[in-house]
Amino acid sequence: MSVETILIVGGGISGITTAVEAAEVGYNTVLVEKNPYLGGRAAQLNKYFPKLCPPYCGLEMNFRRIKPNPKITVYTMTEVESVSGQEGNYSVRLKVSPRFVNEKCTACNACAEACPAERSNEFNFGMDKTKAAYLPHVMSYPMRYVIDRNACKDNSCDKCVKACKYNAIDMNMKPQTIEMKVGSIVYATGWNPYDASRMDNLGYGRVKNVITNMMMERLAAPNGPTGGKLLRPSDNKEVKKVVFVQCAGSRDQNHLNYCSSICCMASLKQATYVREKVKDSQVVVAYIDLRAPGKYEEFLNKVQADQNVKLVKGKVAKIEEDKSTGGVIVEFEDVEGGGKTHERADMAVLATGMEPCVKTNSMLSFEENGFINGGTAAGIYSTGVAKRPSDVTTSIQDATGMALKSIQSLVRS
Amino acid sequence: MADEKKIGVYLCTDCGIGEALNVDELEAVAKKEFKVPVCKQHPNLCSNEGVQIIKDDLNNGEVNKIVIAACSQRVNNEVFNFDPLTYVTERVNLREQVVWTAPKGEDKEGTQLMAADYLRMGITRVQKSEVPIPKLADVNRTVLVVGGGVTGLTAALESSQAGYKVVLVEKAQELGGWAKKMYRVFPTKPPFAEIEQPTIGVKIDAVKKDGNITVHTGTTIASIDGGPGEYKVTIDRNGLQETFDAGSIVLAAGWKPYNASKLGHLGYGKHRNVVTNLEFEQNVAKTGGKVTRPSDGKPAKNVVFLQCAGQRDKDHVPYCSTVCCNVSLKQAKYVRESDPDAGAFIVYKDMRTVGLYENFYKSAQDDEGIFLTKGEILGLKEESDGSLVVEIDNQLLGRKMKIKADILVLATGMVSSMVPDEMSVNNLTPEYIGKMVQRETSDGVLEALEPESLILNLKYRQGPEMPHLKWGFPDSHFICFPYETRRTGIYSAGAVRHPMDAVQATADATGAALKAIQCMELTAQGRAVHPRTWDRTYPEIRFESCTQCRRCTVECPFGAYNEKSDGTPLDFPSRCRRCGVCMGACPQRVISFRDYSVDMISAMIKSIEVPDEGTFVLGFVCENDAYPAFDMVGLNRIAMNTNFRFIPLRCLGGLNLVWIADALSRGIDGILLLGCKYGDDYQCHYVKGSQMANERLGKVQETLDRLMLESERVEQVQLAINEWDKLPGILAEFSKKIEDIGDNPYKGF
Repeated sequence: MSVETILIVGGGISGITTAVEAAEVGYNTVLVEKNPYLGGRAAQLNKYFPKLCPPYCGLEMNFRRIKPNPKITVYTMTEVESVSGQEGNYSVRLKVSPRFVNEKCTACNACAEACPAERSNEFNFGMDKTKAAYLPHVMSYPMRYVIDRNACKDNSCDKCVKACKYNAIDMNMKPQTIEMKVGSIVYATGWNPYDASRMDNLGYGRVKNVITNMMMERLAAPNGPTGGKLLRPSDNKEVKKVVFVQCAGSRDQNHLNYCSSICCMASLKQATYVREKVKDSQVVVAYIDLRAPGKYEEFLNKVQADQNVKLVKGKVAKIEEDKSTGGVIVEFEDVEGGGKTHERADMAVLATGMEPCVKTNSMLSFEENGFINGGTAAGIYSTGVAKRPSDVTTSIQDATGMALKSIQSLVRS
Repeated sequence: MADEKKIGVYLCTDCGIGEALNVDELEAVAKKEFKVPVCKQHPNLCSNEGVQIIKDDLNNGEVNKIVIAACSQRVNNEVFNFDPLTYVTERVNLREQVVWTAPKGEDKEGTQLMAADYLRMGITRVQKSEVPIPKLADVNRTVLVVGGGVTGLTAALESSQAGYKVVLVEKAQELGGWAKKMYRVFPTKPPFAEIEQPTIGVKIDAVKKDGNITVHTGTTIASIDGGPGEYKVTIDRNGLQETFDAGSIVLAAGWKPYNASKLGHLGYGKHRNVVTNLEFEQNVAKTGGKVTRPSDGKPAKNVVFLQCAGQRDKDHVPYCSTVCCNVSLKQAKYVRESDPDAGAFIVYKDMRTVGLYENFYKSAQDDEGIFLTKGEILGLKEESDGSLVVEIDNQLLGRKMKIKADILVLATGMVSSMVPDEMSVNNLTPEYIGKMVQRETSDGVLEALEPESLILNLKYRQGPEMPHLKWGFPDSHFICFPYETRRTGIYSAGAVRHPMDAVQATADATGAALKAIQCMELTAQGRAVHPRTWDRTYPEIRFESCTQCRRCTVECPFGAYNEKSDGTPLDFPSRCRRCGVCMGACPQRVISFRDYSVDMISAMIKSIEVPDEGTFVLGFVCENDAYPAFDMVGLNRIAMNTNFRFIPLRCLGGLNLVWIADALSRGIDGILLLGCKYGDDYQCHYVKGSQMANERLGKVQETLDRLMLESERVEQVQLAINEWDKLPGILAEFSKKIEDIGDNPYKGF
């Protein structure tokens, strides 16, 4: 008799989808996420292409489905330590890192107000700071604060503890181990942006106004470091002209051998951020191929129709700082116009690709780029970008299917 | 039990509520105005001790309707969690939406009045609310799969492997669809570099052997009646009909090639050796891998592939079919395998080998006999021997060139099977595919849409097929909930709903099978399907007051109602998504849910104490997006005016015009409707809800005229969940506008 529980590793949009969809069929699901909140990369996006709608809208609806459903158990700040057994009966050990804030937290913000220490805000890719006592982001689920102990002033500081009237802060919280039995496991461990500093020629880290596409999402977001204003990092000046550099790492044998599948649409979407937020702004997109598959073509047409958006076929060779303006000089080959050319702009956005987060695990089989094909044993599956580079809706499609595959494991064993 | 209406009000004084508000006065509102039997304050209601107080009252039988005046209904759900089939629970949001948005220092009185009104509305709501009595259904757990191609076969097998019965209906004489007609397939597995032998035969055999699956080939669907859990499906095989029960449906009717006869400008139909990619494939399959000229059967030495033939083209197929780049790469490899000295030339707009298919593209680039260039066709000539001269603009080299070719292959695209042969994909009637006809009505001859029966033949009042948004693809809640179509229990999958390859179609079919199974299980428990899966209420109709106006049957975004011959709605609760759009549409107010009704909201409006002076605004807000946005205003401690009150609705489409009249006759000066974006890029979780509200608003003029009020007093604003920063400005601006119009003359009456 199989254990009637499915473990889902990763609480981004794919993992949430698998957990919720399987639970709504009637199976118990355990959703494990290493961040202190659910939503993963989707939560960091300002808008989705091609509808230009906010990811929070769909996430909120998923959270609404999670909250009243007793069949879903969520563990944040949790990672899988070990897995053993076989389909229908896996033993798993989870490690829960201390949040230092317990369930008594009312999200009143008193701890953050009292906290004297700051930390780099990784949710905004380090573009601003939070207090050491912080709420990961404004629509966090669960709506509960976290203490970053590494960022505390010193070990004896207890200002937040004193500020909390609810005894919600416990500085003595220890890592916890949870053991459980599950019938099947779905890895929805998602992706990291490719490390842009590895592409020396593109100047990231050296030229101040070169940022990545994920940083651009945070700049444009109303709860981002600039409150949604497109200010360039060097001097907080609003950007008037932006160059998007496609395939920054992707389709490149020295970096990522594959196409990350979303970056063309992401840059076209971000072109609309620039055009909407800054009057008379200009956008240049330098691409190898414009990949707006299927119905997305219509979105490409819409962006293309904007006179102030220039789409140029050509791979960017080099980005340097424009010493006279503090901006950037982007050198590339204009394939159709013929010959080497360059664009001066306030900022360059690198369309960096997606790399799977989990690249080694004895329970999993990987293809050559590190994407997870599935388990080495039956009853283990992968989904979302952990499996293949894909956009949100394709990930959700696949994650819904993986809910069924993981249910089949319980049914047959 | 619940009908004894023992209301308990629990006021939390924590998180700044106690400091900003006089909670004793709120207690007085509950006790004196509403005479609630139990009203208690607690300094930290979400603590174990706080919750225990409520539990004790429940267990002692003193309370069966709970009003928690504390934080937002979006938080502490696991704490304030009381059996929803036994107790009615209402959350009054004093924290995020009153105290945390209160203007600093000044206007303490305004904040207090606001809190009191929200408490009044909360108590009124529970007074009018009853616990649901779930409509448990004896559900038939059989999935009907329509279409026997790769998508349908997959949906059938995956459902069966989860333990469900399947009936698969395919109109062709054999299973396999287009996949069976392929000579080889482009890569389906890592490293995605080489062409593969088709495996469709394995899938067909598995389906045939599966004891859970019944297959009907050469069969079409004559009709589908009923709803999820209780479909009556009638199939037709050569005129012989058979009827059976099904619980849910996967629509996997697939695609058809674009009609190449419209591509005369590319030489199709004119020149003997111009073929579509599908014809090329079939020729190669016939010869067992030899690439030969259609005109004379001679081996082909040079083959040109023209990508996006009639695609990405507003005059033909406006979208990209996603598969054609990979198909042409595959077929270029046929050319090379057929004759190592032969050459293939692919002319593209953009090479769209997305994701790991980059490897496949690379493997073609590594072959010196395959030439690839961005370009456009400039001219085409046929020589006497049937050879072609293709002139192209080679945009990589920046010059024109002529290629002598034995065959020109047009990479034509995919059209959804929902599009009738005689219709153009870019010129279909909106929402329901059909024809515009002249119809005699009591108002004279009017042009009306007559939807066409194509595949499913649903006996639904709104039309026999799935509504489409564009280009004939059945609409679903793209992006976040791609399977949520506008027909509950019917899930479309594969190329019928979006151009896709076999790998994607396989994944899509598996997801659709999950949704079909889930729908049957939720229906059996009397629950709604997505998104309100927690909801066990359903619309109840007071038929004796129905005037057969048909608004509910027309406006339901999901086609949940049929009509009796006199126009009375015939309800199918299992088709219903519980959005309440029908409730909002009904001028007679005959449709209600046990915990949500026109009368309830009217009573809530009437419970508001409208101040005698100053502009006062009532907002109806979507509870899924605008309401959380309002919470975010609080979480960010952005101060707002206190001259408004909000009432959350399941969907703004539930707005009933009687509430506008109620509010205005109460002296409320202006009414603001905050709902989701509508139109092609709609964000409404119920697809048409916010649009319906807007259409209804067009009719509000009548009400306002009757009351002799200005139409500007009612306004709808489209607000996304992340636009909380705009909310204070929207309110201030609206308030200013109303102030300029002047007081509602009914104020004080």
